[in-house]
Parts: sequence; C-alpha cells; structure tokens
Amino acid sequence: MFRIALLMLFRDRAKYAMLVSGLTFCTLLMSQQAGVFCGIMMWTTATLRNISSPVWVVDAKVQQVNEVISLRDIDVQRVRSLPGVAWAVPLFWSIVQARLPDGSFQAIQLTGLDSSSFTGRPAVMLEGRVEDLRLPNSVIVDQVALEKLQRKGIDARIGTTFEINDEEARIVGICHTERSFLGQPYVYTTYERALQYMPAQRKMLAYVLAEPKPNISPQEVVRQVNALPGLRGFDHDSFFRETMIWYIKNTGIPVSFGTVVLMGIIVGIAIAGQTFYLFVHGNLRYLAALKAMGAGTPKLVGMVMLQAFSTGFVGYGLGVGLAALFGNAVLGNGTPPFYMPWQVPVFVGVVIALICCFSAAIGVAKVARLEAAVVFK
Amino acid sequence: MNTSEPAVVCRDVVKTYGKGEMAVRALKGVNLEARFGELLMIVGPSGCGKTTLLSVICGTLRVDSGTIELFGQTISSMPERELTAFRARNVGFIFQQFNLVPTLTARENVSIPRLLTGASYAAAQQDAGTMLAQVGLAGREESFPSQMSGGQQQRVAISRAMIHQPRLVICDEPTASLDAAAGRRAMDLLRESARHQDRCVIVVTHDSRIFDYADRIVEMDDGLVNVSQTAPDYLRDHPYSHSQPKNHA
Repeated sequence: MFRIALLMLFRDRAKYAMLVSGLTFCTLLMSQQAGVFCGIMMWTTATLRNISSPVWVVDAKVQQVNEVISLRDIDVQRVRSLPGVAWAVPLFWSIVQARLPDGSFQAIQLTGLDSSSFTGRPAVMLEGRVEDLRLPNSVIVDQVALEKLQRKGIDARIGTTFEINDEEARIVGICHTERSFLGQPYVYTTYERALQYMPAQRKMLAYVLAEPKPNISPQEVVRQVNALPGLRGFDHDSFFRETMIWYIKNTGIPVSFGTVVLMGIIVGIAIAGQTFYLFVHGNLRYLAALKAMGAGTPKLVGMVMLQAFSTGFVGYGLGVGLAALFGNAVLGNGTPPFYMPWQVPVFVGVVIALICCFSAAIGVAKVARLEAAVVFK
Repeated sequence: MNTSEPAVVCRDVVKTYGKGEMAVRALKGVNLEARFGELLMIVGPSGCGKTTLLSVICGTLRVDSGTIELFGQTISSMPERELTAFRARNVGFIFQQFNLVPTLTARENVSIPRLLTGASYAAAQQDAGTMLAQVGLAGREESFPSQMSGGQQQRVAISRAMIHQPRLVICDEPTASLDAAAGRRAMDLLRESARHQDRCVIVVTHDSRIFDYADRIVEMDDGLVNVSQTAPDYLRDHPYSHSQPKNHA
C-alpha cells in the first residue's frame, strides 16, 4: 500500500510540484542564508586563519582578534619569561592607507612578521618567496590586493611599487589568504619595516605570538599569560570561538540572518502545510474508500506520513543541492562569503523533518477522524 | 453455493444520528437475513435508512443496539482493528461514484484489496489484470479513470470489489451514474458473481429498472423493513414500482 501511496502523491503533479518546490525553496533559503552567515563568521576570524599561532597574547581588554589595543614592546619579553613558553615573537597589525601608482588610496591590513622566524607567514605563496621580505622596502600582497588593483586598471605583479605613508613598498611576492570581514587586502612585511611605515606611537605592538614548550599545552601557557597583569592569552581555538561569539553578541548579523532563516521556516510551513492539507483533503474520499475496504487507520496514517516525508526528502535534497551549487559558484568569486559546515545541512534537515511532521499531522488528524461510512454519502 | 445458509443476519438493529432534540433514528429495529448465493436488493424512498443499513452491515458504522452477524461472526461487537481486517478479507465494495483513485491506473485501483490482504505488489497487479480481462477491459489496464467511460469505470469498480473473492459484496446505487445499457452490463456482472460464487450480494438502489435482477427485494420505510419478498412476488405485488423487465439470463 505504501507504493500506492507514493503513486497517489507523484501522479498528483500540480500539488506534488507545489509541495516539492515549497520545501526546496525553504531548504534553499535556510541553507544558503546559514551558509552565508557561517561564511561571514569565518571572515571575522580570517586573521586567525591567515596567521597561524598556537597562543595569542593581547591586551587584557581585548575580546576578539579584530580588536587591537597596542602592547608595550617589553610585553614580548614578559611572555618569553613564562616557564611554559618555548619562544615568543612580536606581530604588528594595523589598517593603514596605501597610495597606489594611479594616485588613489586603498586601505590595507599591514601585517609585520618577526623578521628572523617569519612566524605567522602566509601559508600559501602564489608567487615569490617569504624570505624575500628581507629585501629593502619589500612587501607580500594577497590575491585580494591584486583583484582590487586590477579593478582600478593597475596590472600589479612582482616588482610593482606603491606607497605606505610616503614610504615605498615593492611587491616581492603574492600569497593566498582567507578573505577578512573588513575586506581589506593583507599586506605582509617584516615587523621592523611595518614600524617604519607607521607614524611613531608610544605603543605599536599588536600581538605576541607564542609557542608552548614540548609537553606543555597551549591552555597551560594561556593560564600563565593570564596571570600576568595587563595581558590576556588565547589559544587558537578559544580566540576563534571568542571572536565569533563577540560578533554574534555585538552585531546585528545573527538577527538579520536568523530572520531570513525564520522566514524560510514560515514559508516552508505555510506552503507545505497548506498544500499537503489540500492534497489530503482532496484524497479524503478515496482514503475513506480505502478505510471501508479494510485499510486500518494505522496503515492510512503510515501512507500519509510516507507521502509527507518523501516529499520532504526530495525537497530537502534539491534545496541543499541548489545551496551547494550557489556555494560552488560564489566560492570562485570569493564573495559573498559562503561556508557550509555539516551542522548546516543537519540543522536544515531537522527543520524540514519538523515541517513534514507538521504537514503530516494535519493530514493524519483528518485521516484519524475519517469515518469509512462517508463513502456511502 | 448454499442458498439456505444466512450470510448476513441483522437482529433488532437500531442506529441513531445526533443527540437530544436533534437525534434522528435512522434504523428502528431492523431484522434482515441475506443468504449465500443471493442477490438481495434494498429499496425504498430517500431517507428511509437504506444506506445506513448498508453501512452497519459492512461494519463501517456501529449500531446503537442489536446485532449484525456476517458468516456466523458477530461483527457489531468486534474490536475495530479486528473488524477492519475482517472487512478487508470478506467484503467487497461498489460505490455509487465508483470512488476509483483518479491518480491510479485501472490495474492499480483493482489491486488495492489484494494489497490490503497482504499480497505482494506484483501478484496483486497480475490478479488485477486477470480480473479486468474477465469484465471485458483487457487492454485498458493502464488507463486512468478519467480516460474511461462511466460504464468502464463501474466495471473497474466491480473488478476491485471481486478481486479478493469476498463473501459479501456491498453495492451502493451501482447503476445511478450509468446509462441504461451500462447499468444492465454492470448488473449482469453482479448477478453472475452472486450466482456462480459462494457469496452474497447486497444492492441498495433507487433504480427500479434493475429490480428484476434481484433474488429478493427488501423494501424499507422510515427505518424499518416493510416488505421482504422474492423478486417475482415483489414485482407482481408492486407493478408500478418498476419499468419493463429486462431481457437477461
């Protein structure tokens, strides 16, 4: 009888198409928006993913990675003096204006690496070598910088120069980085040269990157850092988590995307629930006939449940597939952000299953109340 | 065929719809017997309780008091689940509007009672094809109800009612939606089914043109059985209640 139930569903093409398209749209809306939301959250942690370090040391008031309160130079020594620290290096990071060859300006994220170890170096070099940062006035730019320059008609390549605070910066390498929430390109140079590019200030150190000694966990080093006055330590994972939580708590992003996801759920419930109600209502006479012929209520309920969930399954599959296609298309461009961890399809699947339960419940309620004798009326 | 044994026995059956001042007593103590091999027609004016009686006989409606026995088993006190399974095995239905599922082919519609009695899908489809051939619908197995005439749809409905070899066939106005020729064809099939198999066929009808197909006619009025006679006696005693007899075997 379950095969009969599916045939009844599939051959009622108009309602089936309506049901599937409703659930597909609902799934697509939720998956795509959740994917973009996760992508934005990933953007907020781009610095953490572009600059790899097991332990980050910042000012005690810092709550997330994109918030910089400068440290004193001596703080590097303070971290190095901790018993659990194998080594610690300074990292400069600031947003500055770069003057391009055509005279226009572009904000960049200037990142100054320790010149001896290049700790925090870009993970993927597309052209050139990180070691070339030891050359005079040299910088490494990322692919975002190239895109922005190309949009301005500037054919940037190794050897191209631009200015930071009237100081020459010559491109010696091109790297690939994760795009950041702020959208400015990453420009890497050495720590000392970054200080030269910037107007002198009393405190210019943004982060201290530290490595625990063998057999010492990053969490233990963080505990030791937190015991120092004025400093706060994060291991990579906790900094990542705290950054995302900060954006969730302090920006309207979750509300904005949550509203769209909620609308997806409402649209799904409205379309699927209403159409499925019409489908069951339209078949009520035949279901009553089946009941008269000896199909018990549990069997009819099973048929209705199967119809609801098979529709949900198809709609979910199409919706997630379309969301994946969207993601695949935009990942090449880099914008809008898109990241679909496994939790997104699972969450959407659970929501679709609940919508199917709701739709089925409407049908089941009608079937359960159905009197077989109505077929004679 | 054993025409002496009662297939259906109704004793003092009472059924009331609604409560209080709105209560309508549809059956007021009906006593009735239908035998194996018999085609019993229940006739009477609208609202006399024919359909209610049909519903309680097949167990789709519960009686308020009295008993219904089918093939020696009292169904009026049978638990719902047991009654549903009993109905699936023993009762075939033919409805006034056919009630063929429009999104299923003739073959699929006919196969439903076999599926309900546990047959595999393939076996049920095969049996359905055989049944359709027996009613002259070979070649129309894959047609949908909307692609068939009213007469053809009723033959599909008859096939569906007979495919699982039920001992009781319940027919509610089987010719009401058919023209005279299609109605006679349908009644021929039902008559043949009642005569040649060990079963009882009960037909509720307004259509006086088919009275002469009955072995016995029960006339109801105001929730009670008024008359129960063999068809020839009924037609003799009620000459104005039917048209000219049909020429049938």
